[in-house]
Amino acid sequence: MTTQTLDQTRAGQEAEANMAPKAAPKWPDQIFQTLREAEVTQVTYVPDAGHARLIDLCHQDSDMKTTVLTTEEEGIGVLAGAWLGGDRGVLLMQSSGVGNCINTLSMARVCGFPLVMIVTMRGQWGEANPWQVPMGQITADNLRLAGVVVYEVSDPDMAALAVEAAARIAFNGGLSAAVLLSQGMLGTKLFKE
Amino acid sequence: MQEQDDKLRRRSTVARILADRGDILVITGLGSTTYDCAAAGDHALNFYLWGAMGSAVMVGFGLAMAQPKRRVLVITGDGELLMGLGALATVGAKRPENLAVAVIDNERYGETGMQRTHTSAGVDLAGIAKMAGFRETLVVREAAELEKAVPQLHHAKGPVLAVMKVSTAPDPLVLPPWDGPYLKMRFRHALLGDKAAA
Repeated sequence: MTTQTLDQTRAGQEAEANMAPKAAPKWPDQIFQTLREAEVTQVTYVPDAGHARLIDLCHQDSDMKTTVLTTEEEGIGVLAGAWLGGDRGVLLMQSSGVGNCINTLSMARVCGFPLVMIVTMRGQWGEANPWQVPMGQITADNLRLAGVVVYEVSDPDMAALAVEAAARIAFNGGLSAAVLLSQGMLGTKLFKE
Repeated sequence: MQEQDDKLRRRSTVARILADRGDILVITGLGSTTYDCAAAGDHALNFYLWGAMGSAVMVGFGLAMAQPKRRVLVITGDGELLMGLGALATVGAKRPENLAVAVIDNERYGETGMQRTHTSAGVDLAGIAKMAGFRETLVVREAAELEKAVPQLHHAKGPVLAVMKVSTAPDPLVLPPWDGPYLKMRFRHALLGDKAAA
């Protein structure tokens, strides 16, 4: 499997300008630091390639309680329970998982549980798998219809800032917020060896 | 109906489980178990789910992870649990020692006209929980078994799951508050004190 970062992203431009081997992107580490500063201690996820580095960082940190989910809406329940018990958490998923969450989002909304979701996008920039496209194309609209504040990010330098904004609005006011990381920023899965 | 009459009644079963609850934290599942727990006595450390069907075990799990020194008891129904069966695998993978689940199993969807659930066809929720990695699993069908199960739910090293096979006989409606922010803040104040305000 190879990934290809689209040229229009800043990371791509910098890598080309330097004519150096492509460096690992900084945004996963920056998001991790932002989660630490927001006092997030429960990290729930259904894995995605785009979240791999962030997931590794969370597992390596003894202050983070990581929970792998069988389906994304479980995370909304886990984070509601976490909040009842005094913990702050985050839910990591791919855009296809947003569809699994819709009814359960009503619990976060009706009770005012803070909910921070970081969503890596599929079915968007240069998607190779047409089965990913229908959900990817309606992810942001679905979240907005469900009452979630949506931050769409295509510039990697803005990723951690968007997570900071989402965490602030969620934990200060019991709102649901999602940061969508664009496929243009993450790179496209091309299904080649 | 003679067979039904011999079965445990859901209200008295839940009342027995909660009679000496101590400082246990209780999460209830959408539907009859929310009413059963309210009928046993409303409590600040009850958090009732009035929606999000299938989520009760996961809410209890997140609470158990946040409060490892407190016992967390999820009381939910067979239909509610069946909607989020993956939650048993998520719990089994992490195995929180302070989490217990009581399934009040009447083999019916009680809110929608008493249609049969999969447990009426023999689907074994205790067996599924055992194979998912729960440390203790049991099935309770009579009063003497209930007496043995209560200390397991309260104290045994978890995760524990006990299926209570109960009658389909109807009970009076007893509704707890359903204002979500009130239930949330009441619970946090009772558990966290001054730290409840974020």
